[in-house]
Amino acid sequence: MRLTGPHIGLLATAAIIALLPLTFPNSYYYDVAVSALFNAVLCVGLNLLIGYAGQISLGHAGFFALGAYVSGILTTRWNLPPLLALVVGAVLVGTLAFVLARPILRLKGHYLAMATLGIGIIIFIVLNTEAWLTGGPDGLTVNYLSVAGWTLKGDRNWYWLAGILLLTTVWLSLNLIDSAVGRALRAVHGSEVGAAVVGVDTGRYKVLVFVISAVFASVVGSLFAHRNGLITPGIGSFFHSVELVAMVVLGGMASTFGAVVGAVILSVLPHLLTSFEDYEAIILGMIMMSTMIFMPKGIVPTVLRLLRQRGGAS
Amino acid sequence: MSLLRVDGLSKAFGGINAVADLSFTINPGTIHSIIGPNGAGKTTLFNLITGVYHPSGGRIRFQDADVAGLPPYELARLGMSRTFQNLQIFFNMTAVENVMVGAHLHLNPRVLPSLLHLPVVKRRDRECRAKARELMEFVGCGAYLEADSASMPYGALKRLEIARALASRPKLLLLDEPAAGLNATESREIDEVIKRIAGQGVTVVLVEHDMKMVMGISDHILALDYGRKLAEGTPAEVRQNPDVISAYLGAGSA
Ligand SMILES: Nc1ncnc2c1ncn2[C@@H]1O[C@H](COP(=O)(O)OP(=O)(O)OP(=O)(O)O)[C@@H](O)[C@H]1O
Ligand SMILES: [Mg+2]
Repeated sequence: MRLTGPHIGLLATAAIIALLPLTFPNSYYYDVAVSALFNAVLCVGLNLLIGYAGQISLGHAGFFALGAYVSGILTTRWNLPPLLALVVGAVLVGTLAFVLARPILRLKGHYLAMATLGIGIIIFIVLNTEAWLTGGPDGLTVNYLSVAGWTLKGDRNWYWLAGILLLTTVWLSLNLIDSAVGRALRAVHGSEVGAAVVGVDTGRYKVLVFVISAVFASVVGSLFAHRNGLITPGIGSFFHSVELVAMVVLGGMASTFGAVVGAVILSVLPHLLTSFEDYEAIILGMIMMSTMIFMPKGIVPTVLRLLRQRGGAS
Repeated sequence: MSLLRVDGLSKAFGGINAVADLSFTINPGTIHSIIGPNGAGKTTLFNLITGVYHPSGGRIRFQDADVAGLPPYELARLGMSRTFQNLQIFFNMTAVENVMVGAHLHLNPRVLPSLLHLPVVKRRDRECRAKARELMEFVGCGAYLEADSASMPYGALKRLEIARALASRPKLLLLDEPAAGLNATESREIDEVIKRIAGQGVTVVLVEHDMKMVMGISDHILALDYGRKLAEGTPAEVRQNPDVISAYLGAGSA
């Protein structure tokens, strides 16, 4: 088999995930790494929508939160097995995304941003106010993830699960993008009318990618709920949605590995900056601003281009 | 039997009648040109035929099915495709991928097999890529196969759009000013490409300002002015039509 760029990237990611724990001195590192991996999975899904299909969503954390709450509610109140609850959550969230997508994705630019923002805010409000079901602002306690009598515990095991999930997600995303479906998605971004006149039902593809990214978010949400043990409406807040978009943009839109890199950087950076205490947020903001000024296409596409130019020149 | 039949077609933008009560037919296997001064309504007519705009009135029959108001992707399915006066390239993709999107209908892609990259998906993709390469060579931009479309010269992009449209295997191909912005040599090459496309049995509708090209390759010409039919007929007939001479040829070339 011929090794192409994406394959090499996938192998490199696998190697990094496998070897990184050797450098972890304590379980706090695992904890941070799991959050970073979860965010990376979310961003790979969101990148399909934003980076490849060129649609914006400012409510993506809402789908993540819904997945988390469906899992939390079904496992604690109805005693459903976690895996089944995860699947039910994915189906529910996918269905909701499907129903919302048609009318919403007719909109473009700022209007689409506003509409998705609205979805996120409505989900956030419902999670806050329907306390009888969601526990309201106090949150909801969720049990361990257990499958067929076997319970997943400890940061180390969660790390491996999240790592495998990320590799699977990256693999699926790379496959999709390099297929006729992925080309149709990218064509929607490139020129909607150009795609339509050769037979691409652009509306259908926009709905499809919206649903796929929402399902990814729901699955991560379900796992997050079990790992964290406590979920609060804040995980579906506007701030979290914006954070996810920032990760995708920082790492590089329309780049699966860019989404991973962006997610990892923005998940880890706050922990590295804690020693700056009060200035943490300002420094984080400065780093993001300067990255976008000097690498408007995002980190990974810019670095790849530099490498290629160097390869071409020598 | 006509391939396309337009009956009393109209499109108004606010107060402007961009296309007004227009009727004509296009017979299969011909090269049919539409000429007219700037703003005559040629592009609007293309947009109406290919479903990009909804008509304000009138009927469009394609292969004896009423198609007015159908969306572009449905019309593509029925066998219609086009290029654009202002390029509509997918600049976020390579050249060959642009053409592969053109074959979308024939790949009929499904999500799950694509996510899993099943062998059947890979095989059909390889075939699609080979076909796309052939088409790029056919229209004369084979040198840009793996090029980033955003870095290609204008003339090659014009050809790339034709290759993309051909990849959908249309019965009716509408070309909106394929030679605009090209030099004389390139125009002549495009002229050749159009003839070869028609030679394969594809019916071509051509909007073009290059009169030498239009008079040379058209079987039939429709002249528009202010959205209305000014004249119609063979190149010789249209060339001698006094209305055409005063409204169009007179203005520019006299
Ligand atoms: N989307 C639109 N909204 C409003 N007016 C439009 C629109 N599209 C076209 N028009 C108007 O309709 C008329 C016909 O325009 P059209 O682009 O069809 O002309 P054309 O014959 O293609 O001209 P050209 O040779 O310059 O390409 C013009 O007056 C134009 O301003
Ligand atoms: Mg025009």
